[in-house]
Amino acid sequence: MGERKNVGIVIVSHSAKVAEGAADMVRQMVGDSVPLAAVGGNADGGLGTDVGAIMGAIGKAWSESGVAILVDLGGAETNSEMAIEMMPETQRDRIVICNAPLVEGAVMAATEASGGSPLAAVRATAEELMGG
Amino acid sequence: MDQDFKSRLIAAMADAIIAHAEELTALDSAIGDGDHGLNMKRGFEAVLADASNITAKPLPDALKAIGMTLVMKVGGASGPLYGTLAMGLGKALPTEPSVADAAGALGRAIEDVKARGKSEAGQKTMLDVLVPVQVAFAAGGEDIATRLPAVAAEAADATIPMKAVRGRASFLGERSIGHMDPGARSSSLLVQAICSVFDEA
Repeated sequence: MGERKNVGIVIVSHSAKVAEGAADMVRQMVGDSVPLAAVGGNADGGLGTDVGAIMGAIGKAWSESGVAILVDLGGAETNSEMAIEMMPETQRDRIVICNAPLVEGAVMAATEASGGSPLAAVRATAEELMGG
Repeated sequence: MDQDFKSRLIAAMADAIIAHAEELTALDSAIGDGDHGLNMKRGFEAVLADASNITAKPLPDALKAIGMTLVMKVGGASGPLYGTLAMGLGKALPTEPSVADAAGALGRAIEDVKARGKSEAGQKTMLDVLVPVQVAFAAGGEDIATRLPAVAAEAADATIPMKAVRGRASFLGERSIGHMDPGARSSSLLVQAICSVFDEA
């Protein structure tokens, strides 16, 4: 067995620019130590979220340790849930959506992930932000 | 159900959504993010473009294919919600359903939509049309296809005074009151379209 890969992070926004900007901030914090993907916009390139594109992002950020998804508004959450259900059965139970603000949640989750923490800890760190 | 009938159902649904896309977007601009009409139009145009493949399948598989297309093409929360509804119907319906089969399957598919949207009737969503339509459908009686469109239209009107607690409109709180829910309207349009095809049959 090789070294265990860090938990991956997926950022899902209605806006491609917001998703990319949040991903830039994560990269600056943790460099290449966590698998990362950002996705935003609908199939026509407008504002929205796209189930197929979210599935692609999960695949890109896939890690055997799992993937934590950060979303902005309601539709991003619904579409991310749908995307998880459509992923291969062997991966589904290792993909979680964090109930956390997109930018702060992504940075906190990635920081936790970069230390090699398991998925549950990554999620908990991001969700602590909601506890205030 | 033969291929021609399935084609007429798809055409009626797509025509209704495409013809009312601007109206749906205007409703969504009032209380949401103003993309419901465009999103639904994109989804149903994709269904229409694939109609000959879809209608060649048995009814349950055709419904699953419609659901998958809506999930992949709509690009907003209504994609997974309507996609879940169509896929739920596909799971629950036999190839040649009776009216009772259809009412039961709609009830089960609505439960799937509730789970997907974490929502119940009374929260200013598409469920506020689908639930009363299913109740009236299950109660049955004469000329059900003639009566259901009015049930759907009244149910959509009944969302006007409701306060949104789910989705983007919930951010508006009290300000969501006084506008028809766009998802309730699109559901009402689809019920009317489907019933018109059965009414002619």
